Amino acid sequence: MAVVAEDPSLYAIRAGVLRRKLLDKAFVILGLLVLVAALAVLLALFLDLVVQGAPRLNWDFITSYASRKPEKAGILAAWVGTSLVMVVTACVAMPIGVAAAIYLEEYAPKNWFTAIIEINVTNLAGVPSIIYGLLALGLFVYKFNLGQSIAAAGLTLALLILPIVIVATREAVRAVPRSIREAAYALGATRWEVTAHHVLPYSMGGVLTGMIIGLSRAIGETAPIITIGALSFIAFLPSPPITGEFPFLSFAWLKDAFTAMPIQMFNWVSRPDPGFRINAAAAGAILLGMTLLMNGVAIWLRYRFRKKINW
Amino acid sequence: MQTETGKSDVTSPAGRSFSGDTPLRVAIDGGTKTVAAAPVKARASRLGFHYGSLQALKGLDMEIRDKQVTALIGPSGCGKSTFLRCFNRMHDLTPLTRYEGSIRLYPDDIDLVSKDVDPIEVRMRIGMVFQKPNPFPKSIFENVAYGLRVRGLRSKALIEEEVEKALRDAAIWDEVKDRLQSSGLSLSGGQQQRLCIARALATNPEMLLFDEPTSALDPIATARIEELITALRERVTVLIVTHNMQQAARVSDYTAFMYLGELIEFDVTSKLFTNPGKKATEDYITGRYG
Repeated sequence: MAVVAEDPSLYAIRAGVLRRKLLDKAFVILGLLVLVAALAVLLALFLDLVVQGAPRLNWDFITSYASRKPEKAGILAAWVGTSLVMVVTACVAMPIGVAAAIYLEEYAPKNWFTAIIEINVTNLAGVPSIIYGLLALGLFVYKFNLGQSIAAAGLTLALLILPIVIVATREAVRAVPRSIREAAYALGATRWEVTAHHVLPYSMGGVLTGMIIGLSRAIGETAPIITIGALSFIAFLPSPPITGEFPFLSFAWLKDAFTAMPIQMFNWVSRPDPGFRINAAAAGAILLGMTLLMNGVAIWLRYRFRKKINW
Repeated sequence: MQTETGKSDVTSPAGRSFSGDTPLRVAIDGGTKTVAAAPVKARASRLGFHYGSLQALKGLDMEIRDKQVTALIGPSGCGKSTFLRCFNRMHDLTPLTRYEGSIRLYPDDIDLVSKDVDPIEVRMRIGMVFQKPNPFPKSIFENVAYGLRVRGLRSKALIEEEVEKALRDAAIWDEVKDRLQSSGLSLSGGQQQRLCIARALATNPEMLLFDEPTSALDPIATARIEELITALRERVTVLIVTHNMQQAARVSDYTAFMYLGELIEFDVTSKLFTNPGKKATEDYITGRYG
């Protein structure tokens, strides 16, 4: 290239570009700072819990019931209770939430009535969880006579995360291109076939993500399950779901009393004995670990579902 | 049954009297050639279409000949895709749309756009290939098998046989026979479009609708699709919307020129392109607007 005499206007352009790129750089720095700050807080929290709870983070802690002596107390009833409640929550929230979202997105006519429903579903996500607790106390515990059971807690938390599941599913369903729906319809598929064979499978990654975000919220909820009256001191496990004799499955555990991780922690934190605070920290670390594990599973599932699909 | 004709003694917009039984005399390359006119496969009469308060099609009358390729040309927004999508009731998926008039499908003489005719039934008989290749994010095999499965076919052997036949008919078998289980999305654009054609062919449609099937493809892929459409004429009635006038001239037997929701001229392709009857048609095909 021949050397071209520098045009003064070229300097002006360069100066302008430089100024604008400076703004770009400024944002990168700001973004990184904010990101690091957010991650650092989370990491500090987690590490603090682990360090504080370190003396109690062992196998005995996981396999022992609660006790009056902090060094003997464990979280067996709590983590089993939490896990079973999560199973109920997932089994109830997933089908209802996905079905509701599919109906709203694929079937419901677009009119003022469905518009009101849509707005209110989003609003429900913002309702304080204690309100759900009160509703559940009146409805599930007394009216349906479920008592202070795993079933009542699972249903309560399912109600709580239903809006999250519905909103996430709708987003995922909406992301399936219209051209794919048209392709299926053009082959003579019915609306149900288009939904069941195409829309739902292709949006499964997003549906699962929504489900896990919901469950991650539910696993830490304390207020609603305290409201429905979960016990904080339990020295037995719910009846086993698998039995020795036919039909090998038992649902008696649904009606059993339970405690959950956040309740156990809450209980320990409020005791004067400093030994229990170590227990609370250890339980907190394990609860966070459970949440991270759940998220990990979600990310893996989403990866598996999306690997095959890119529009 | 396909040799039976619908009653066909109507006057085309170009003023020529068509009759299903009378041979047509068509001017080709300066000389005249006698072409036996194919029976009528579908006839649109006074066909109108509304999106809400917007009228997109205004009283169209047109005949689609059996086992012939009919092209729809016209500037963007003239309603040619809208017209095409009436044939498989695709508009039923959009709320607030309304059909007027009729499209009669022969030989059994049913009205495709009538409220009494189930759109699913219509789509089982009339296939469609879209502008942008839209294979399902499933395997190549499942893409083609889907239409058969919807029709309740369960026999694995039979499905395999039909899938192979459809892939062969769509001239893509040799390219995919060793990887039927890989995703339909792993193919190139042109291959994806031929896969979509195979998917539509697998169910043995009586009529195949093409909505600008090559507008997203490169010239080589386009040529292959055009070859395919020409070959398909042997077994299925084809209606194709195209932006490309050369394409219409190359692949079609009949051409309809549409403008602002109306059918301006409809004739044998060679006649419409060499000796158009209307000023508007001539202006369009010579590139004066559109």
